[in-house]
Amino acid sequence: MTQFTQQTTFYTEDHEWVTVHGDLATVGITRYAAEQLGDVVFVETPEVGKTFKKGDEMAVVESVKAASDVYAPLSGEVIDANSMLADSPETVNEHPEGEGWFCVIKFSDGAETRNLMDKDAYFEFCKGQ
Amino acid sequence: MVPFAGYEMPVQFEGVKPEHLWTREHAGLFDVSHMGPCFLYLKEGLGQPGAHEKISALIERLVPSAISTLKPGQGRLTVLLNDEGGILDDLIITRMPDANLDGMLYIVVNGAAKHDDWALIREKLAGEAELQTADDRILVALQGPEAEAVLTPHFPEAAELSFMRCAHVQKDGERYMVSRCGYTGEDGFELLLPNNETGLAYVRGLLADERVKPIGLGARDSLRLEAGLCLYGHDMDASRTPVEADLQWVIQKSRRERADFPGAEKILKQIADGPAEKRVGILPLERAPAREGTEIHVEGQLVGMVTSGGFGPSTDGPVAMGYVRADLATPGTKIDLMVRGKARAGEVTALPFVQPNYKR
Repeated sequence: MTQFTQQTTFYTEDHEWVTVHGDLATVGITRYAAEQLGDVVFVETPEVGKTFKKGDEMAVVESVKAASDVYAPLSGEVIDANSMLADSPETVNEHPEGEGWFCVIKFSDGAETRNLMDKDAYFEFCKGQ
Repeated sequence: MVPFAGYEMPVQFEGVKPEHLWTREHAGLFDVSHMGPCFLYLKEGLGQPGAHEKISALIERLVPSAISTLKPGQGRLTVLLNDEGGILDDLIITRMPDANLDGMLYIVVNGAAKHDDWALIREKLAGEAELQTADDRILVALQGPEAEAVLTPHFPEAAELSFMRCAHVQKDGERYMVSRCGYTGEDGFELLLPNNETGLAYVRGLLADERVKPIGLGARDSLRLEAGLCLYGHDMDASRTPVEADLQWVIQKSRRERADFPGAEKILKQIADGPAEKRVGILPLERAPAREGTEIHVEGQLVGMVTSGGFGPSTDGPVAMGYVRADLATPGTKIDLMVRGKARAGEVTALPFVQPNYKR
């Protein structure tokens, strides 16, 4: 089983960031995604204790414009969710890659990180969008 | 940019929320050239005594509003009806202000429905009236509390107009229409301009004013939703009558008495007895927006559907409208909004969410 002794951040094609450490992954949406969405008005974070397979709809982020799904970047169980977003969804715009995190997943298969992107690859990916 | 009614239209420029708030505080410019402006006029007798009565009698075959009582330059929101009283479109019909053009109406229909609307009007009024389309021209809306101050240097006529009044300006042989109306709940104007360098120069002149910003479709939708205004194809369609859509106010008393519009029997019965379902404002009491298609439940039973919903930047909370069973249409009625399978608290509320700022 893949373990991450050092904190490492990966990115998905759906514009999520995933910071893994040990067998835990903190998940949020990228600054690029937050800017594309515009003002975030509501976030539905996943319930603690729920398990997801990689690619499942896990959370929803709503801007003034529309509702967008957030997909599980790795398979596993949700062990924490950011309760601050219920009252302060604008945190996602202000600090998308910090205080605006969505949830923490205890992931079951570290090998799933292999088809995620590193920072440079994600930067190139965004340029092509 | 997104495809809309056969046109490529901008969803936003700097963002839905800042554009929305700017329009409520200053002035927003909307390119609505996709809509369907047109002129309907008598084949014979234009400008002669009785011409307005004649053209009104023709168009009143298709709409339930009193057109004959319009004063020169006055406009009225109405609906195009099918024979079952279903709404085919909503439109604004204005009597031309000029005495020599009595017998001509300036009509603006929705972009998505314009070809069907025009075909229907031409078919029903064939041989009696001519319809000249004007959707090849520029149609822009300037909306917001500073719209009058911005527009007056370009069109001094604008300051003289009150809500739903229209001026007709002839310049270099081109026809300009300046109407004091809009679809944001704010004071403002719609301008029909020639599609040439002169027309474009007016648009650039308005945009050059620091009080004016361009506004996309996103804010256009949130502004009209807060103002409680219906979007055709969402909040009303051919399956809904004006009574169900809570638009019975477009049917003036004289038309109810004459009962001579399409679907009159059904519509008048609904006015007398009440419809089975009715359009209402819906206030989600939690933060989750209830968007179009959200089911409305009461005690676990499906009692209605959200037809427009989102976030209101001016109310700083979610806002929606939809249809519920008529016995649940009283403001204050508690409802459940089924957002992604979860029941979220909401209540029926009076419209609009934001009080209009029209110049009466």
